[in-house]
Amino acid sequence: MSTKKLLLYFPKSETEKPIVYHLVKDYNLIINIFRAKVTPEEYGYLVLDVTGTEEDIRRGMDFVRTFNVQIDEAQKGVRWEISKCTMCGNCIPHCPTKALHISDRSTMEVAFDSSLCIECLSCLQNCPYGACSSIF
Amino acid sequence: MKSYAEINSRIESGKAVVLTAEEIIDYVERKGLEEAAEEVDVVTTATFGPMCSSGCFLNFGHSQPRIRITQAWIDDVPAYCGVAAVDVYLGATELRRGDPANTYYPGEFRFGGGHVIEKLVAGEKLELHGLSYGTDDYPRREVRTTFTIKDLNQAVMVNPRNCYQNYNAAINCSDRPIFTYLGQLKPNGQNVSYSSAGQLSPLLNDPLYETIGIGTKVWLAGAQGHVYAEGTQHSPTCQRGANDVPTEGAGTLALTANMKEMKSEFVRGASLRGYGVSLALGIGIPIPILNPRVLKRTTVRDRDILAPLIDYSSDYPNRTGKVLCRLSYEELKRGEVEVEGRKVEASSMSSYAKARQIAQLLAEEIRRGDFLLAPPIRRLPLKQSASGLKIRERQR
Repeated sequence: MSTKKLLLYFPKSETEKPIVYHLVKDYNLIINIFRAKVTPEEYGYLVLDVTGTEEDIRRGMDFVRTFNVQIDEAQKGVRWEISKCTMCGNCIPHCPTKALHISDRSTMEVAFDSSLCIECLSCLQNCPYGACSSIF
Repeated sequence: MKSYAEINSRIESGKAVVLTAEEIIDYVERKGLEEAAEEVDVVTTATFGPMCSSGCFLNFGHSQPRIRITQAWIDDVPAYCGVAAVDVYLGATELRRGDPANTYYPGEFRFGGGHVIEKLVAGEKLELHGLSYGTDDYPRREVRTTFTIKDLNQAVMVNPRNCYQNYNAAINCSDRPIFTYLGQLKPNGQNVSYSSAGQLSPLLNDPLYETIGIGTKVWLAGAQGHVYAEGTQHSPTCQRGANDVPTEGAGTLALTANMKEMKSEFVRGASLRGYGVSLALGIGIPIPILNPRVLKRTTVRDRDILAPLIDYSSDYPNRTGKVLCRLSYEELKRGEVEVEGRKVEASSMSSYAKARQIAQLLAEEIRRGDFLLAPPIRRLPLKQSASGLKIRERQR
């Protein structure tokens, strides 16, 4: 079993198909949805963890692609721009998973581990400098 | 014993020994105070954090025909016009026209004076809208144009209060989240927020203002500026530890510098949710090592500097003066403090990482011979305190 964090982009026409249902039912995948924006007549985004055997994940993703859904393993829904970050650390107590953290207490520099990010968006609300943003 | 002139001549010859207020701690421990005082010429201190008491004077030059501006907006942010015809003062905390503030609590405060100042320093294009009632000698009644900092005759940062010598740590003992200038505080004392560079902070390295005074040259966001007065609310008469370091907010500095020489990386508009807009500034101040006593002051460590922990849900707004406990910056920087036997997460509103960077940048400038020191022309007051506002009943 392995877990992958994925960002799915739904073109306008595909927002009303119960894709997640089929991933669970037909491909034995455990789905943990962090954040979704799926609006009828519009494009949509889904950020989720899929857990299953490598084979099931591969088959499930092939199924998803048949709906013209784009799968991005690298891109996340939340971005942290180091050039805008002043490294104050005000975000840190508000990040529930420690995705944002102080990497070294002697330099007090802030770092972002996007694999830990569950896209709760509290960093967006707490960063005074707009260093964290959401792509949707 | 060294004089300012001797230190400056060593700087000019490129031979000055300069260390940051962080580096000097181990250096003195290794070399001993007397030997280190002989060798070291300058210790650099620094801070970076939101400082609401900031702003700038701008002179636009005269249009044809002339206008005597009585109301002005820069990128829709109001600027104060109660000065000369085309001079304005833009304050860091000014909100943009139409900002709903806390109407939809907590407000976002996405753009205001601090952001305009950041854009200005970054060389970006801004819009000026000015109105006037018109006079015989200044007949124009409206002006609308775009400009960058290069178009201005003067853009001078004038900050009535910066570099607070120590500051409160904040906690929220109520049962709902609160939004303060120290950030969002979770209910039931779940987090502590503080704002000081601790052992790197300028006035904590010169607790009795022996070298930092009026006229002292400072590094203000990359520009060479100076201390022009005591800062507002300068209150040196306060509780101090055995090392004379205040254990609460105490001295402050009023700073000025030419914005045309600043670097935008160190001038950042800040949006503090539920509170308002502010401006974060990078400041570096060199301390001349005139004698071993001055050097000793610069070896202060985070563990020897205490901040008062204050409940921002009631004691701060109501000014009760109650201090829950005192926390050292060593504990605070570790990210976890103990409050009433409970472990609480701590974070900072000021950036220690940026303060370190600034202390290094200033040290390099001094080593290169590009930054000479200026002796103060007057010492900051050592005995005074800030009093509160009395609310007097109206006499009938």
